[in-house]
Amino acid sequence: MWKWFHKLASPPHFYRLAATLIPWLAVPGLMLIAYGAYAGLFVAPEDYQQGDAFRIIYVHVPSAYLSMMAYMFMAFGGAIGLIWRMKLAHAVGAAAAPIGAAFTFLALVTGSIWGRPMWGTWWEWGDPRLTSELILLFLYFGYMALRSSIDDTAKADKASAVLALVGVVNVVIVHYSVEWWSSLHQGQTLFKEGGPAMDASMLYPLLAMILGFTLVFGALLARRIRTEVLYRERRTRWVREMILSPEGGK
Amino acid sequence: MDAMAMGNYGMYVWSCFGITLAVILISDVRARLRHKQVYREIEVRIKALEERK
Repeated sequence: MWKWFHKLASPPHFYRLAATLIPWLAVPGLMLIAYGAYAGLFVAPEDYQQGDAFRIIYVHVPSAYLSMMAYMFMAFGGAIGLIWRMKLAHAVGAAAAPIGAAFTFLALVTGSIWGRPMWGTWWEWGDPRLTSELILLFLYFGYMALRSSIDDTAKADKASAVLALVGVVNVVIVHYSVEWWSSLHQGQTLFKEGGPAMDASMLYPLLAMILGFTLVFGALLARRIRTEVLYRERRTRWVREMILSPEGGK
Repeated sequence: MDAMAMGNYGMYVWSCFGITLAVILISDVRARLRHKQVYREIEVRIKALEERK
């Protein structure tokens, strides 16, 4: 187990492994998204309360879930990097930040567009779910700004890892805000006691979208980790040998 | 036409799907360009060092 873990954490090994993984994540991910989008838009019946506006959940829910998951990648990457001084873990954190920011932006924008016809407002400052999700976006921006403001990669890794770990509190608040406080945002639908509160015709496209988005996130993350690894290892022998080899290592 | 109208919510539904598609595509293109840029910079530096040898 530890041997496998150490091999996985080896930058040259991971660089090559990620190149192999990207199409295996991206292609099924895009196929699931295509199915989920088609079934969600054209096959699932309209909601009895929200009408066709409910179809926004097929992009909003996966984006919102990935906005939190990407942050957890950042935080776990930071924790592993700080505790075990694993360089690859910091690279994972740095690579996850821009993708997480993109999905958080999507969750906020699609949520706001859904809110206009359903709540009669684009935004509600008093709502804990909306406000904590916006803070999550600022945390991503802060993390990226902090990294880019420090020239020394090792120092940037440490400082940004601490920020990522502190920000986990906000991820917990985002997740539980609808249960802890009165919120305009609806409560849990998928992971509630007694099973999902959705008909199968609506649920399956949503599950396909969540899985598809997750696989595409994995492909994007793998691509960005490769770039991080390449940049961090630019002065090492394996990078020099790879670039000078006839096959290259793009 | 009904599918486009989405029961008068078409503007909201389609704009959400459009923005999502655009953001995912931009994320992918940016990641590819960044990788190419980093790879190219390292390649130029290493080849320059090799030529000096």
